[in-house]
Amino acid sequence: MASVTSTQPKAGLATSGADIVIQSLVNHGVDTIFAYPGGASIPLHQALTRFRDRIRVVLPRHEQGGGFAAQGYARSTGKVGVCMATSGPGATNLVTAIADAKLDSVPMVALTGQVGTPVIGTDAFQETPIVEVCRSVTKHHYLVTDVNDIARVLREAFHVATTGRKGPVLVDLPKNVQLAQTVPNYDAPMDLPGYRVDQLRARPEQIEKVAAAIKAARRPVIYAGGGVIASDAAAELYALVEKTGIPVTTTLTGLGGFPGDHPLSLDMLGMHGSVYANYAVSEADLLLAFGVRFDDRVTGNVAEFAKSCRIVHIDIDPSEINKIKRSDIAVVSDIKYALAELNRIVEPPQNTGDWVRRVAEWKRTDPFRYDESYEGILAQHAIHELWRQTRDRDTIISVGVGQHQMWSAQFYKFRRPRTWLCSSGLGTMGFGLPAAVGAKVAHPDKLVVDIDGDGSLLMNVQEMATCFCEKVPVKVLLLNNMHLGMVVQWEDRFHAANRAHTYLGPIDHPEAVGRGNGIGPEERYPNFVGVAAGFGWSGRQVARKADLSDAIREMIEAQGPFLLDVQVPYQEHVLPMIPAGMTVRELIKK
Amino acid sequence: MRHVLSALVQNVPGVLSHISGMLASRGYNIDSLTVGETESPKISRMTFVVMGDDKVLEQVRKQLEKIVTVVGVDDVSSQDHVERDLMLIKVTAPPGRRGEIRELAEVFRGRVVDMASESMMIEIAGQERKIEAFINLMRPFGIIEMARTGIIAMVRGANSSDLPAAEGK
Repeated sequence: MASVTSTQPKAGLATSGADIVIQSLVNHGVDTIFAYPGGASIPLHQALTRFRDRIRVVLPRHEQGGGFAAQGYARSTGKVGVCMATSGPGATNLVTAIADAKLDSVPMVALTGQVGTPVIGTDAFQETPIVEVCRSVTKHHYLVTDVNDIARVLREAFHVATTGRKGPVLVDLPKNVQLAQTVPNYDAPMDLPGYRVDQLRARPEQIEKVAAAIKAARRPVIYAGGGVIASDAAAELYALVEKTGIPVTTTLTGLGGFPGDHPLSLDMLGMHGSVYANYAVSEADLLLAFGVRFDDRVTGNVAEFAKSCRIVHIDIDPSEINKIKRSDIAVVSDIKYALAELNRIVEPPQNTGDWVRRVAEWKRTDPFRYDESYEGILAQHAIHELWRQTRDRDTIISVGVGQHQMWSAQFYKFRRPRTWLCSSGLGTMGFGLPAAVGAKVAHPDKLVVDIDGDGSLLMNVQEMATCFCEKVPVKVLLLNNMHLGMVVQWEDRFHAANRAHTYLGPIDHPEAVGRGNGIGPEERYPNFVGVAAGFGWSGRQVARKADLSDAIREMIEAQGPFLLDVQVPYQEHVLPMIPAGMTVRELIKK
Repeated sequence: MRHVLSALVQNVPGVLSHISGMLASRGYNIDSLTVGETESPKISRMTFVVMGDDKVLEQVRKQLEKIVTVVGVDDVSSQDHVERDLMLIKVTAPPGRRGEIRELAEVFRGRVVDMASESMMIEIAGQERKIEAFINLMRPFGIIEMARTGIIAMVRGANSSDLPAAEGK
């Protein structure tokens, strides 16, 4: 008999469902879990204490923070992010992070406690049918009702989350199943007759067609997306560009998939993409769409997008082919495999010299720009300064959602994949800080900076406690304009500048009704440096341009978590802009 | 265009909810959806009647195939196939008109399955169009209530749908 203090389940001995769950995590290489306990997940947390030497438990201060921290971990490492919550409200608090992972194809396993099977369906205390709630926002989901299924279900969960088009898998674990005992079989065969990922490889004749299209092209452009990051295909993409000299634009999720400071980089395309990327796609005769899904923020008016060119679409998800835009050559394939095969036979197109020169000229004429003579600090300037100071060190950037997010995408030139953490498809405010937590836990030696807006930061500000208590020294570069800047911009452009609940200060301020000075009150609300101090952080506020460089240096060099509150004006628009549903012809430059 | 799709799905709790939820949330127009067992207890067959052009059909099919518990999807209506709909229909039938109704039912190969003093219940199976025609014939008598199963369908010939074994990736 095993002694009662044994922590290692031995073959042939009965063990609890909760221990089988945690042992399964260990078996799948999980070294960190972001987990907030509650009544229905107590056995799982008790089991976690028996695996202290193998799994670090990070305690977030809200389940959504835990979910986004798991994403930050996953997005920055490529490994599965694991989060856990209790039943009911704990589980529903995870839903946004799960939906976010689904839209950006982030591999995640979310574990939830559930009320015991005898009371499921009785509206028991803290009961929600979380599998029902999450069906359409997960890649797959399980409600485990038999302890004997746990090891197999966890195997399947990790397999499904990490293969094909990656995504979140939810495993709901009733408390009595966690407590039940059985002899686990960690090699139990998976039962996934409908899940086939072996065919996700381009066929040779498809690769030949793509190569032929490239060779015949006169005005080719590569449009690379998150698929390049997800399949670790950045090196293959780089090799293709080196061989063919074709300019590259990336989507928001594709940033870092190709070096942003490369001469052939056209930066991001789409609504707030570069003038030159949008011109290039509009004038191209061949669009090489790699690991992308023709999102509406990229295409604008779908019928007009890339209207006169041939489209090669390579994606791992068959349902993305022809979903929005019909392609001339469609290839269902893992992008890394497809590009590696393509690189073996591809020849550069003939006579693209004029085209490349034209694109370079667009890039020279209309770069991303801002008013460098502005006497205060513009958000773009702060981001540019951060980039200047951090570009030669290992840095991971996370962001919230809004203007600061777009400016970060424009002005921080990402060189490597998995250094840019951005809620792109779902666009979840509050993503930045918890995502930074997850990335910093995974990469303690790298500098992790959350470039955030004041609206976004406040949505998960409680994670400052996680940073302090769990010793996760992330940095926050707060671009504070006291407004919901992106909505303000739309109000200015499309709603006669009528302020509709987009001011985040007291309602008796003139800004609340749009009668402010464009900069905002000198004393910002809330006092973020004070808030940070309350959480045990260091911080500094900066309003003068002359102080910015030094303040950023102080933030980078600080030992612990540090918040730099930068006062920026609110009357500043993200440009260029192609209004929703429009075309490159309606592109607004100023 | 009307399409009949047949999907083999893992017989696990929630699969119907998952599929119908996906179809609804993506805005597909489903005329009929049936579920039943197959020769394998682990697999159920779902049959859908989908309205839409080829682009819609392609997306419905791919979105179905993307669901992990969906084993395979077949576009039955693009092949030589048989489809059936089963209906129970209760009509007003005073004693003087029973013979007339019975005759009509016989022409359509229907069967009288219940008779009350003022009503009759008829069971009728066949293609959707035949069922519709019979309903129209019954209207003048007064339809009290009716229930239909929705379409089931199968491709003609010796081929069976492949049921991959567990772990058959």
